[in-house]
Amino acid sequence: MTEGFHRPQTEMIPNRAAPASSVGIVGWVRTNLLSSWVNVGLTLLGFYLIWLVVPPLLMWAFFDATYIGTDRFACAGASGACWVFLDQRIGQFLYGFYPSDQTWRVNIALFLLIPALAPLLFDSLPFAKYGRWFSLAYPFIATFLLIGGFGLEEIPTNKFGGFMLNITVGLSGIFLSLPVGILLALGRRSQLPFVRIFCIGFIEVFRGVPLITMMFTAAMLLPLFLPPQFSMDLVVRVIIVVTAFASAYMAEVIRGGLAGIDRGQYEAAQALGLGYWKSMLLIILPQALKYSIPGIVNTFIALFKDTTLVIVIGLFDILNIGRSMVANPDWMGLGIETYAIIAVSFFTVCFSISRYSLGLERRLDTSR
Amino acid sequence: MTDTQKSESSSGSIWTNERARGIVSQVLLVGGVIAVVWFLVSNTNTNLEKAGLELGFGFLADQAFFEINQNLIEYSSTSTFGRALLVGLLNTLLVSVLGIITATIVGFVMGVLRLSSNWMVSRMAGVYVEGIRNVPLLLQIIFWWTILSGLPRVANSLSIGNAIYLNNRGVRFPAPVMEPGMGFVIVTAIIGLMVAMIISGWATRRRVATGQGFPIIWINLLLIFMFPVLLFLMLGRPLSFDMPVPGRFNFSGGINITPELVALWWALTLYTGSFIAETVRAGILAVSRGQTEAAYALGLPPGLTMRKVVIPQALRVIVPPLTSQYLNLTKNSSLAIVVGYQDLVSVGNTVLNQSGHSIEIVAIWLVVYLSLSLATSAFMNWYNSRIALVER
Repeated sequence: MTEGFHRPQTEMIPNRAAPASSVGIVGWVRTNLLSSWVNVGLTLLGFYLIWLVVPPLLMWAFFDATYIGTDRFACAGASGACWVFLDQRIGQFLYGFYPSDQTWRVNIALFLLIPALAPLLFDSLPFAKYGRWFSLAYPFIATFLLIGGFGLEEIPTNKFGGFMLNITVGLSGIFLSLPVGILLALGRRSQLPFVRIFCIGFIEVFRGVPLITMMFTAAMLLPLFLPPQFSMDLVVRVIIVVTAFASAYMAEVIRGGLAGIDRGQYEAAQALGLGYWKSMLLIILPQALKYSIPGIVNTFIALFKDTTLVIVIGLFDILNIGRSMVANPDWMGLGIETYAIIAVSFFTVCFSISRYSLGLERRLDTSR
Repeated sequence: MTDTQKSESSSGSIWTNERARGIVSQVLLVGGVIAVVWFLVSNTNTNLEKAGLELGFGFLADQAFFEINQNLIEYSSTSTFGRALLVGLLNTLLVSVLGIITATIVGFVMGVLRLSSNWMVSRMAGVYVEGIRNVPLLLQIIFWWTILSGLPRVANSLSIGNAIYLNNRGVRFPAPVMEPGMGFVIVTAIIGLMVAMIISGWATRRRVATGQGFPIIWINLLLIFMFPVLLFLMLGRPLSFDMPVPGRFNFSGGINITPELVALWWALTLYTGSFIAETVRAGILAVSRGQTEAAYALGLPPGLTMRKVVIPQALRVIVPPLTSQYLNLTKNSSLAIVVGYQDLVSVGNTVLNQSGHSIEIVAIWLVVYLSLSLATSAFMNWYNSRIALVER
């Protein structure tokens, strides 16, 4: 009972450092991997699975693999993968039957896609105003580059193939379905009964059937529906049905965007004296489309994966090129390697686009 | 501003009257649609005439000269085209139902694992989801089929406990054979299930009204399992298995599932499972943490919290996208054609090539898939209205 015992504390006691076991790497491991005995077991099981799968996979894919040769017999002695076909057939996988001295045109078209998409996907770019004009012009430039004419050698679309065919069909489908999808989405919300019924019918029919039946329609029915002098290449017919198919999905995405627009925006546009089309084009759609971009990107990913369906009507996209190569005696038995490469190609494209779309979604969410 | 408004409303021209403009644009649309349809129909008529074909579904009664290696109902190459299409439709439904069951299991397990607090587990579930859903389904089907057709021949089948055999002709497993009396067991189980459902409903109503619990779990287990099992034993186990027996060239006995069905089923399961996993994850995340905390504050144990608080609310978010995933799976089963599983589209394609009636076949496809999709959305609307939040 000394006096000092009752003396009030006048200074803050400094914070003690967190225990070493709950911060840094040790803390992270404790909370995320070893928080309970069950988790310890699961973590060990996870490591065991990785150890079981990853090293043999790496050995097979890289260290034991054969890379150089002219046919599958070059891989006779090796226990790993046989990547010989890559060197031999890469041209076909990428460009199909496109004349090999003209493939630079495909490359340029693909390269120009970057400046064409940039103003749509990123805000605040320099020269954004001119960029938009370029984006609008891009489909025509790309078509000109791929098909030719006006001085360039003309290449019929039945020479299109490989990954380039997948990209062409996917991108054309998305570009062309955007305006159709916007009209359908507006029509579905319209006050006019016939317009609404027509749009609902179109959307529900195309969303209700598998794309494969539409592929058969393109291959077998379109020629029946059109006069003989209208004959079109199969690729063009496929792009038409893919566009119709994609616009139904696009319409639903844009309808979602339109539903997200505040009522006040419509009312403000009306109060300014704008008519239906003006208020849509100047006020509503620019905002709705911005919020629809993640959905549009996801539609593109789904459509891009679905472009492999052209296989059922005999077009040679990357999957069909691979499949027919595997049926060739020179390359027989390389199915797993071939499909793995094609899977990696699709994965790289789709995964990176979906990551981008996810980031965009987050950004749009906070700016709202 | 007022000037222009005045002039617009006073001019009364057809272009400024909203009602008139609406009627005009609708007439234009309807006219346009009729014109396009007429154009297409007249072209089709000319083209069909030129090709010497006639429209009509009479060909469905003609004999189909092809075999179907997987059929749920009686079928041979002497059957009709119509019956062949029916077999195809049943095959579509078979793989869809199988796929929906397994994809739901895979999807829910993976969706929950992805939310695990264990970094390793959630990452591995993430690798599964991202790895599968970013690769075309068609490629996956072909990939699994390639692997299955690389299995050993019948003579060197891989066996699991001498009951299930894997070879390049598929999977062969024991077939259950019902003996007299098994029917009673099944009927007892069904009656037990029905009574159990009635009791659960009554127990729920009583709990809502009076707050008194009722041990439904034990009583229901008794009703659904105990009585049938007792009856099963009393009747002398009226169920046997027809075991597959390896022969010289092929197996005798058992049921065989073709590699086409296995590849398709497996690929559809993994692919749709990855989408369902995302749906489930989003649904569980959509239930706010406050709900869990409130349940804990009320003294509910974690298991009950999950069952009574989190899952019912998560289901409200999960079910609509889940039904559309089921529909997607059904539509995606049409990719069967690339591996030769004879579903509706594949059989239809064969019929089409043999009979030349392409318009009718595509029409049948559209009608069947549209009915499936309309039935699904009808179910979805019914379910949504049933579980919708009643706001007070």
